[in-house]
Amino acid sequence: MQATETAAMADARRALEICNACRYCEGFCAVFPAIERRREFPAADLGFLANLCHGCNGCYHACQYAPPHEWALNVPAALARVRHESWSETIRPATLRGLLRRPLAATAGAVLVAGLAALASAHGMARAHTGPGAFYAVIPLATLIALGGASFLFALLALAASALAAWRGLGGTPRPVHLLRALHDAATLKNLGGGGGGCPYPGEQPSAARRHAHHALAGGFLLAFAATSVATIDEHLLGWHAPYPLFSLPVLLGVAGGVLMLAGAARLILLKRVADPAPLAAETLAADRVLLGLLAAIAASGLVLLALRGTVAMPPLLVLHLALVLGFFVTMPFGKFLHGPHRFAALVRDAMERDPARR
Amino acid sequence: MESVQQTPDILVPDILVPDILVIGGGHAALAAAITARRLGASVLVAEAAPRPMRGGNTRHTRNLRAVHDAPRGTLTGAYLEDEYWDDLLRVTHGQTDEALARMTIRASADLVSFLSDCGVRFQPSLAGTLSLSRTNAFFLGGGKALLNALYREAERLGVSVCYETPARAMTMRQGTIAEVVLRTPGGELRVVPRAVVAAAGGFQANIAWMREYWGEAAENFVIRGTPYAQGDVLRLLLDGGCAPVGDPTQFHAVALDGRAPRFDGGIATRLDSVPFSIVVNRDGQRFYDEGEDLWPKRYAIWGRLIAQQPGQVAFSICDAPAARDFMPSVYPAVTAPTIAHLARALGLDPLALAATVADYNAAVRGGAFDPTVLDSCHTEGLAVAKTHWARRIETPPFVGYPLRPGITFTYLGVRVDATARVRLADGTPAPNLFAAGEIMAGNILGRGYLAGFGMTIGGVFGRLAGEGAARHAGN
Repeated sequence: MQATETAAMADARRALEICNACRYCEGFCAVFPAIERRREFPAADLGFLANLCHGCNGCYHACQYAPPHEWALNVPAALARVRHESWSETIRPATLRGLLRRPLAATAGAVLVAGLAALASAHGMARAHTGPGAFYAVIPLATLIALGGASFLFALLALAASALAAWRGLGGTPRPVHLLRALHDAATLKNLGGGGGGCPYPGEQPSAARRHAHHALAGGFLLAFAATSVATIDEHLLGWHAPYPLFSLPVLLGVAGGVLMLAGAARLILLKRVADPAPLAAETLAADRVLLGLLAAIAASGLVLLALRGTVAMPPLLVLHLALVLGFFVTMPFGKFLHGPHRFAALVRDAMERDPARR
Repeated sequence: MESVQQTPDILVPDILVPDILVIGGGHAALAAAITARRLGASVLVAEAAPRPMRGGNTRHTRNLRAVHDAPRGTLTGAYLEDEYWDDLLRVTHGQTDEALARMTIRASADLVSFLSDCGVRFQPSLAGTLSLSRTNAFFLGGGKALLNALYREAERLGVSVCYETPARAMTMRQGTIAEVVLRTPGGELRVVPRAVVAAAGGFQANIAWMREYWGEAAENFVIRGTPYAQGDVLRLLLDGGCAPVGDPTQFHAVALDGRAPRFDGGIATRLDSVPFSIVVNRDGQRFYDEGEDLWPKRYAIWGRLIAQQPGQVAFSICDAPAARDFMPSVYPAVTAPTIAHLARALGLDPLALAATVADYNAAVRGGAFDPTVLDSCHTEGLAVAKTHWARRIETPPFVGYPLRPGITFTYLGVRVDATARVRLADGTPAPNLFAAGEIMAGNILGRGYLAGFGMTIGGVFGRLAGEGAARHAGN
């Protein structure tokens, strides 16, 4: 990954050099010990540190050099800008990098196109359908598989290309123990813990709100994904046709996942609305909001679809839900979702650097 | 004193009558306010700084020194009263008060739990400060994080806090404070408290006052901490008849990167290069043994040494290998391929610096370099010897840093007793005036410094002052 020097990088480097001479924040998260392992901050290392930063803001509120100090240090905002640039660098195909800066247009466009495609193949939009295969009476199974499969495959390939680029920046081959440690750090969101007492978000008061809300959303997302996977097995291996009964595994998983996703995304959106803007990089927030809004809309439309699946509202709801899911798939590799692979790669690299056997 | 004229268009609030007025907004002030409020008193805190810069020098601190007889929390081992007292006696060369000091040391045992109850969190000692893990408890995130927790706790308890509100005048009758005039952003505010806690720091940021003792040189001092340490409250108390303590001409000063901001540069401008380099003045001459003792025992004398050099400036010179032995300062090193080029880049006479380095290199003797002990690398035959860690300066690129004296705090204060009550010049106790923090630290710390001891004095006397003031107000 060749990274050309940008204003955001220069600003982050200036900040980290001050941090390295101060070091008061080293108990907050993994970023500060990683800073202390260095004396210089080349571009690739800035990307690593920026993705290791979870944006907890602890270091901003504790900073003796934060504005109005003449050094006007704002580490979370400086790293957020570098983080976005580092994601942009790894977007494949490269011609689509601009989408990261226009998340609303990208997502709205994708959802619209997906919606039109679904609508074009839909039948019987104006009446109720019931019994096994009711969904496929609206949109044929083959079309569902083609649309869903193609967009999901596209998302997987593009995300994998990004992850591979992030992975190449690791500078070495991780051992299983490093992957396990990174998984642990990701699963516990240790770096959103503010060193134990919670992170000062949305205000100055330490709180676990964001950590909990993120994991409600992430957990709900995984449950919903599991619901889809189970349904695929039921459909293709067992020959059971959706819609499934309320007390079937796909529906139970989907409901739990949908409720958790909706609760988590709504909480994160509300927190973001009241968050102290000082430690945030305003230009990176749109991508956050759009992904949160999209995930909330997917969860909400899925739950409403379940509730009204026996009514005349089912066909349009099905088209809407499908459009949102497809729109999510195709924009995954160009938006905030990139934080997943990038942050995981940073956690792996951090685990490698902390390993005394490798020093 | 200027006459107070109230113009009709300025909103003049009512006279405030809190039980206790705390003047200042750092660790000592907040410890006093929280303690007094917990005892039921109504408390007004008047902090001179705006909210983002609140807390005086506490904002730049990172630990306090606490006595303990067994490992406790983040503190390792044991640190008993007698060892603590010996440490204090050594750094102050006896310029202390044993009874007050031992009382402070004993009371330091409770400070970590007091602060923890207020929401302050602690962390293991920072990297590079392992020597302090036994004696000092480090605040997670440093002093500003500590302040945030203390202000949250004070506000939760119902303490009123006014920012940008320095004390402007004080009416004292027979040593009793009758009224304090505060200057708020909205105009002057008269406060008639039952008791006052003065916790407004020293006067090191008041350059005009420093000039009284140091003349022109004071213009070249860098103030490491808050610009709000103007000493106005200290001056009001001394003028009002409180007994002074500590040498007014003296201050604690360390060597800083000479490019540090005039105020508030804090820890990041510190430079630990001295024992790994030679230090020359602006004439290119060495003036003191850079390797006299381990750096933690010597860093505090270098501020004064540089303050006594012409122009209050010095330059630390070393070569590329030595530059890797100390923590970088926040400013980039000045580097050059030759000593002469380095001299020009630093504004020094190339011939003078080259001669100093050549003489030094020729005088270096000894064996294995070891920065952790008083090693045998030394010079022979120089007028100013370097007695340890002397290595030839020979491998380019050569490295230089400008140095200036960075003033941490002043020693002048008001005399207090073991209950934090201020003493009047005639030796009698002031009926309703208490003091805590740097404004009275000179009672115990008349010279030198012990890492984390300023915060210990602030915490111990802040709590005592809050308790004494609340009891006085309750009677």
